[in-house]
Amino acid sequence: MRMLPVLTRLAWRYLWRNHRRTIIMVSAISVGVWSMIFMTALSRGMVDQVIEDGVSALPGHVQVHNPKFLDDPSVVNRIPIGDAELSRAFSSTDFKAWASRVRVPAVIASEYESRGVTLLGIDPVAEREFGYLSYDDVEGRFLEDADDNGIVIGRKLADKLETRVGKRVVLMSQDPDNEIADRGFRIVGLFDAEVPAFEEGNVFIGKRTAQKMLHIGDTTTEIVFLGDNYRDIEPTYDKVLASIDGSLDVSRWSEVATYLGSMLTVMDGFVLIFMVVIFLALSFGLVNTLVMAVFERVREIGLMLALGMKPSNILGQIIIESMLLLLVGLVIGNLLAVATIHPLRGGIDISVVAEGMEMMGAASVLYPRLYVSDMILANVIVLFLGFLASLSPAWRASRYEPVEAITKVG
Amino acid sequence: MNIVARLAWRNLWRHRRRTWLTVGAMVFSNTLLVFMISMQFGMYDLMIDNTLKVFTGHMQVQAPGYKDDQKMRQTVPDIVPLAGRLRAEFPTEKIAARGWAFALASSEERSYGVGIFGVEPEYEPQVSSIPGLIAEGRYLQQSDAPEIVIGAVLARNLRVGIGDELTLLGSGRDGSFAAAVATVVGIFESGVPDVDRSFAQMPIVAFQDVFFMEGAGHQVVISAPTLEEAERILPDIDAALPSDEGLVMHDWDALQPGLKQAIKADMSSAFFMYGILVVLVAFSVLNTQLMSVLERTHEFGIVMSLGLKPGQLGRLVMLETAMLGLIGFVLGAIGGVIVTSYFSANGLSIPGMEEMAANFNLPPRIYFQATPWTMAIGPFVVFVFTLLAAVYPALRLHKLHPVEAMRVN
Repeated sequence: MRMLPVLTRLAWRYLWRNHRRTIIMVSAISVGVWSMIFMTALSRGMVDQVIEDGVSALPGHVQVHNPKFLDDPSVVNRIPIGDAELSRAFSSTDFKAWASRVRVPAVIASEYESRGVTLLGIDPVAEREFGYLSYDDVEGRFLEDADDNGIVIGRKLADKLETRVGKRVVLMSQDPDNEIADRGFRIVGLFDAEVPAFEEGNVFIGKRTAQKMLHIGDTTTEIVFLGDNYRDIEPTYDKVLASIDGSLDVSRWSEVATYLGSMLTVMDGFVLIFMVVIFLALSFGLVNTLVMAVFERVREIGLMLALGMKPSNILGQIIIESMLLLLVGLVIGNLLAVATIHPLRGGIDISVVAEGMEMMGAASVLYPRLYVSDMILANVIVLFLGFLASLSPAWRASRYEPVEAITKVG
Repeated sequence: MNIVARLAWRNLWRHRRRTWLTVGAMVFSNTLLVFMISMQFGMYDLMIDNTLKVFTGHMQVQAPGYKDDQKMRQTVPDIVPLAGRLRAEFPTEKIAARGWAFALASSEERSYGVGIFGVEPEYEPQVSSIPGLIAEGRYLQQSDAPEIVIGAVLARNLRVGIGDELTLLGSGRDGSFAAAVATVVGIFESGVPDVDRSFAQMPIVAFQDVFFMEGAGHQVVISAPTLEEAERILPDIDAALPSDEGLVMHDWDALQPGLKQAIKADMSSAFFMYGILVVLVAFSVLNTQLMSVLERTHEFGIVMSLGLKPGQLGRLVMLETAMLGLIGFVLGAIGGVIVTSYFSANGLSIPGMEEMAANFNLPPRIYFQATPWTMAIGPFVVFVFTLLAAVYPALRLHKLHPVEAMRVN
């Protein structure tokens, strides 16, 4: 340890003895590190958005259903607990936000066309915090309370139905006795959504209006809870599990939308693989540089050994050289990454491939997401694997026989 | 082998380790590139094929505007005779007529909204994979029977089986109320929940009766033997359409615009990664070649004073690089071919990705596309960049002064 400052200084000087080689290697490392971070930020941006949009289209981080509901989403499989009882049960708890709602498949018909939709009977006040719709951006107005008699539908759906604010539509669904439950509604608002499927597939009516229409008293089909953010829902999940009737099904969003859940896992794996692959491509150059650096000073190393330097110090010096090389590359690479991602914060317009992104569930503007954890991961991977890669050349250098090394011809 | 080539070859092996490490970088990248490019294109082919064969076909004849709005009244008149005429004119293509409407389907216990296709029972199996996926019962037979075929998830949700009746409620072409009763004769199972949940098929003549179509339909689906054939024949079919009705012809890209774009988006991110790999290999080569030139300064000084021109030495360096690149090319391509042919025979399945795959109409196991093109393009680009990387070291030779160079040790 005592030798560390000296060795570091020696290593630093050696590095710049052959400055061209060092610059080339530093450039390679910088490009590699930059690409790791930049690419990860782009992919994260895309996947996060898909997931966030998907989660907000569900919406609710933790959801409670009748166990049969997810496979057979009918009012028959509703939650047997009434709203009054729910309010009593949850009034003392401190959930960030919770709401019960009616969510069933329905058919909406204008005088020209009919379409299948998901009917959401909601209490707009309780659901404001869920944030899947900005109430103020709705053309016309959003629902005002659970007794609202109007309906709010997406703009795309309105186009297809050839209808508009102020016109009437008919909603049809089934009641628990499988009688057709239908009711006329006046359209009070049109909403826009980032994801077209959300805009086309969901219609909102007041919760109590829905309950009346479907003859289900004050019961609902799902209870939803909001966690702090979609990645961190375990505390909420545990709390819900503890405070609800055991016969009901409590699920995380990743279980309701398994596709989104698996996407998150796959993405984390992909980031790691991508970084390791880039590093491996780098590692050949790194090892090569070190091998050359050792090779061209075999005589010097021999001399130092003959003068009494310990083999372990030689080993240490080569490894320090490698680490310094990597550190310089890492610093430049990280700075480069931040410098290129920063101007793109406002989003990259990828509307050329908008419909393709839609297929994946993403919107047409890509916002890169630079996670500190991803940056740390990239740096740790490079340093750790770089350390491993430099062991072999360093080991060889420290094993030279002093006399042989000194007499070696150039 | 002439003298220069022999020299180059020997120079290459002066530092065996360095040479192998540089070749190693190339082999690694080449193998990876061959592997990834073959996988990518194998995936794209599957995405296109699988998506188109479910429903869309390679092209469709529709009323103008129908593609975007899908309104009931945007119809193709006399659709069955039209499909028949096209079939007679283009015997190599598979052609079938369809109508589409939305209805509330009710069984005794449940009601769900579904998309209802009116199809020609005789020809639909040629343009869509759905009729071949009947898991229970049979497919439609007569074109005017009040029968219906539904998806497995829908059947489960509606709690109906073969022989049960469904009541359909919807609106007809003129907006009037349409209602009918149809018997479930078959249940199909595609394995994609969205498909199995959201639609049903009934014979086209019965469909036209229920929804007051008056002989009209919404789409004539055309499937060609191959994608290329489809592109070639499209203008001919377009020309054969009745000219007075303003019908339009859409190719698969127009019908499924997401498909090509999803591929494009995926391609651009993949090519970013390939680009980085190639650049890193180029750096590696640049480093090696620059070192090999610098360490030979003394030697180059001698041969230059003996009369060799810098250009000749430059060619020597380029030749060395080309040999290096060639070894990397051959070994990398061999590695890639081995890996790829394994996966094109056995397929690759990534655990946990089944759901993602299903979302893109991919089977859980992916078979690689191994063509000379997908195998050669990656290594070839690496080779070109290898040569480019050696240009700087080779040009440096021109700055060499024989006498000074000889003094360097």
